[in-house]
Amino acid sequence: MPWFRKKKQPKPVRNEPRPSSVPEGLWVKCDGCRETIYSRDVAENLRMCPECGYHFRVTARERIAMLMDAEPAEELFAGVQPVDPLEFVDTQAYEDRLRIYAERTGEPEAVVVVRGQLDAMPVVVAAMEYRFMGGSMGSVVGEKITRAAELALAEKRSLVVVSASGGARMQEGVLSLMQMAKISAALARLREAGRPFLSVLTDPTTGGVTASFAMLGDLNIAEPGALIGFAGPRVIEQTIRQSLPEGFQRSEFLLEHGFLDMVVPRGRMKATLGRCLRHLAG
Amino acid sequence: MAVSEVPFEEPLTELRRRIEELEAYPDDRRREREIERLNGRLRKETRRVYGQLDRWEKTLVARHSDRPHTLGYVERLMDDWVELHGDRSFADDPAIVAGLARFRGRPVAVIGHQKGRGTTEKIRRNFGQPRPEGYRKALRVMRLAERFGRPILTFVDTPGAYPGIGAEERGQAEAIARNLLEMASLRVPIVVMITGEGGSGGALALGVGDRVFMLQYSTYSVISPEGCAAILWKDQARKQEAAEAMRVSAPDCLELGIVDAVLPEPEGGAHSDPDATCEAVGRVVAEALDELCALSTEQLLEGRYRRFRALGRFNES
Ligand SMILES: [Zn+2]
Repeated sequence: MPWFRKKKQPKPVRNEPRPSSVPEGLWVKCDGCRETIYSRDVAENLRMCPECGYHFRVTARERIAMLMDAEPAEELFAGVQPVDPLEFVDTQAYEDRLRIYAERTGEPEAVVVVRGQLDAMPVVVAAMEYRFMGGSMGSVVGEKITRAAELALAEKRSLVVVSASGGARMQEGVLSLMQMAKISAALARLREAGRPFLSVLTDPTTGGVTASFAMLGDLNIAEPGALIGFAGPRVIEQTIRQSLPEGFQRSEFLLEHGFLDMVVPRGRMKATLGRCLRHLAG
Repeated sequence: MAVSEVPFEEPLTELRRRIEELEAYPDDRRREREIERLNGRLRKETRRVYGQLDRWEKTLVARHSDRPHTLGYVERLMDDWVELHGDRSFADDPAIVAGLARFRGRPVAVIGHQKGRGTTEKIRRNFGQPRPEGYRKALRVMRLAERFGRPILTFVDTPGAYPGIGAEERGQAEAIARNLLEMASLRVPIVVMITGEGGSGGALALGVGDRVFMLQYSTYSVISPEGCAAILWKDQARKQEAAEAMRVSAPDCLELGIVDAVLPEPEGGAHSDPDATCEAVGRVVAEALDELCALSTEQLLEGRYRRFRALGRFNES
């Protein structure tokens, strides 16, 4: 796509990623090229490998900083907090897990919602936090994304959801499953009203998140090399008793099979989303 | 000799075997009295066994291979059934059946998972695990129903959507997601009956409606107890604990607001008396349709939105 290269590169994001998200230690090993890289070089490169372009995972707040025009973008629905509706205990009590992940990540749940401007377009953005219980979707994630869609509808904004999730959260049982229906219903209303919804899929996006809002964008846009699928690779391998081909369920595979509009490197994501929003809602 | 498909039915199977044996003997008063006595014990024993099922045992009942499947309900409750095939894009998926029928005089569309009986049929139906084309066939028939103003009845009974290479290549996730989106805004009444296993997204993809009902021993869960145990306990054998922890039973789902009502099953489960089960399902579906068909489209869609909008538990500070 030569016309893409002619575009000037997007402006660098205004604020540096938080120190907490830089890999621990001075050096980090890249999963893409296996090179050992200086952590700060990764942090200063939108958390991509300067050698091979491998996309390291980013936190929800780093993502928001990369996409929004002004900081701080106004955070919404931060008061929606998780409870333990089933009094769920596996090898650890769900209540304890929630507390530990909150301490470890500084986030009370697996999604952050903001309102603001993306490349001068009015948006509501929901970014998932993979570090919080694998970005799993329980009642809070469902509620906050639903509210994000409803707010976009009410304020005639576009909706952008950045997914990073292993799927529905087992510890809230079938209530988690129902969040898929709840969010999808809100997206149906947004669609009827003609407000754009851009779904950005990042590594990994699987299970009930893929099988609901992540696949329902007016446009589905993924970062390179992201694992995207319904069933996890291990479940498939156990079912069919053979190993999976190289690149199976990666962004490029989904693009080839027709489920993504495009695969866009992180450095061009904001500009691309902005252009698409102007095409649809400008 | 009959072997119980579920271990806790062993004493019941033994009693049934003895009754059957006696029935083969020539008729006399003593034999009659003995049969009567054994039948009394069987009823008592059935009530005892089924009165104390835990959530894992209910899961086994939900999976029982003699439980009525969608076509069983169609056969007993519907007239003039015309089955429709294919998603108009790739294939026909036998794990989901769809068609047009008359239900107590009312024209309806019926869609449901179909597990199959006997090894050959089970394999052909992929044990009720649909591929994307199954969900796309379902959606095609639902849209057809909408176009012609026919209410939609769905019967949900699946271990889950099939996890295979082809299914992923053809967009299993997209197919399920699409159904959730479209079912939220279909302009005709939708009545959902969970009849067996409500297995995750593969179940929910036929599960968005104006009324959602569950049979007493059916289950509804975000992942199978085995799958949950394998992930959280790193041990599939902990499935009993997983079933308990996830609260997969029908009364649990009623308490959580997931379903509108739980339909009592015959004392020994739906498989012990499919006719009575279907009859009970028919009564509830008819009642629901009467209520829903009296509503305006706006009321219907607003009600459906509110119904799912309210699901979830959280605090707000
Ligand atoms: Zn690298």
